[in-house]
Amino acid sequence: MFAIASLQNAGHNEQIIIKNRLNSICMDENNTLVKVRNLKFARNDRMIFDGVDLDIQRGKVTVIMGPSGTGKTTLLRLIGRQIKPLEGTIEVDGEEVTTLNHRRLYELRKRIGMLFQNGALLTDLSVFDNIAYPLREHTNLSEELIRTLVIMKLQAVGLRGARDLMPAELSGGMSRRVALARAIALDPMMIMYDEPFTGQDPISMGVLVRLIRNLNDALGLTSVVVSHDIEEASSIADYIYLLSGGKVVAHGTTEDLANSDSEWAQQFMNGKPDGPVPFHFQAQPYASDLKID
Amino acid sequence: MLNQIQLLGHKGLNFFQRLGRGHILIFDILAGLSSLIPRPNLIVQQLYSVGVLSLIIIVVSGFFVGMVMGLQGYNTLVDFGAEESLGVMVALSLVRELGPVVTALLFAGRAGSALTAEIGLMKATEQLSAMEMMAVDPVRRVLGPRFLAGFISMPLLAAMFSAVGVLGGYFVGVGLLGVDDGAYWSQMQASVDLYDDIYNGVIKSLVFGFVVTWIAVFEGYDAIPTSEGVSRATTRTVVHSSLAVLGLDFILTALMFN
Repeated sequence: MFAIASLQNAGHNEQIIIKNRLNSICMDENNTLVKVRNLKFARNDRMIFDGVDLDIQRGKVTVIMGPSGTGKTTLLRLIGRQIKPLEGTIEVDGEEVTTLNHRRLYELRKRIGMLFQNGALLTDLSVFDNIAYPLREHTNLSEELIRTLVIMKLQAVGLRGARDLMPAELSGGMSRRVALARAIALDPMMIMYDEPFTGQDPISMGVLVRLIRNLNDALGLTSVVVSHDIEEASSIADYIYLLSGGKVVAHGTTEDLANSDSEWAQQFMNGKPDGPVPFHFQAQPYASDLKID
Repeated sequence: MLNQIQLLGHKGLNFFQRLGRGHILIFDILAGLSSLIPRPNLIVQQLYSVGVLSLIIIVVSGFFVGMVMGLQGYNTLVDFGAEESLGVMVALSLVRELGPVVTALLFAGRAGSALTAEIGLMKATEQLSAMEMMAVDPVRRVLGPRFLAGFISMPLLAAMFSAVGVLGGYFVGVGLLGVDDGAYWSQMQASVDLYDDIYNGVIKSLVFGFVVTWIAVFEGYDAIPTSEGVSRATTRTVVHSSLAVLGLDFILTALMFN
């Protein structure tokens, strides 16, 4: 597929696909693709991250978990530099993303795919055109070659027969699979998944779980999955980070966390309603609220 | 008392922050317009959506406005025996004022609100974020073509409005009320000046097109990504655009026509 791309259209932009593919299959001395150090971020005077350090290893599926409102999605937006941190550094493939200029940032983004929680398909384009969109925007490939690539991406996610449907005609699970096909259109080095299992029926969830793992291994990708679906995420995770209170409270493999002495890890992995993450939201004493003190 | 002052200060700061964001956005849009040159199909699509689909309301409104002007104008002029000047009155009123202003108000209500809603909903459904992560600048790809389409469409729609309005005035004045056919057109031709009247009307419609479309795309892009946020943004587009058009009309009229 990529030999055809290089032979038929050897322009600069087509090299993006080839370069991405080579990046993903070449052995690299430095196995850490994303390095986050001392990350601090606040929103409306509330500290979301207060000194977060984490590493995302190449070729692995890294899962970021934590209670709702911890800032898991915000972390993905920081890595993709849709927002900027207050302090700290975020290195992606050796480039410090917080200081990239517009042109270099967009060059980096061509090498990163992202699957949004609701798919975020372009509603005025068909399934086919949604997947072809990044290819048409960033390459000068012929329509014939684009068609071949799109069909192959749809085949990978099992939706080749849905190419002519519009996003409004798709189920939630199908939307996410189409969005996944779009995210791999330019053969990125890394894909970030924002809550891919939320709201899915068991069959769709199983399909997505299998797709994330298989695509990661088959294409030599690096996957970052933000989720609070413990069972599904743990089944595909090579490494897990638990976030809470603006910090990494535990990290390790699934087995490490299951056997961890950390109360945070135990509360989250076992779904306990109370613990280091309290059940009650911060409030004044109950008696004084009822005016009986 | 202190709370009131704090609230006032907060609102003031918010206003200037929005004004600043709006100016940054228009500079970004203008800077990125050159990227549309190799992709004229993007502009053509938006010209159809923003301009062509607004034609019906513009033409119908223009015709009715012209007819009303024919009626009212005749009623006033006939007292002075000057009903033969009906054509001049209708044409000058439309070309100088009503054409650009009423078209801009209708454009803000129909196309402006649609632009704001579309962009706001794209933001709410993360389509704009998805474009950013696909390394496609949504300002250049989404806002730029829409802004340019609005800017190009406005003077064309205003011209249609004025032309159809003149026909409406002719239909009522000549067809129904008996004003002389030749007098209607000949006096219009003698009195309507290309530079003082028509060009000034075109300049007004260009300014209104710039401002209305700018407000529409900014409100959509800056909307809070919820259904209520998009609804409020759409309302703001219509209200702010209308006020801007009326205010600018006064300033431009004072400058152009002393």
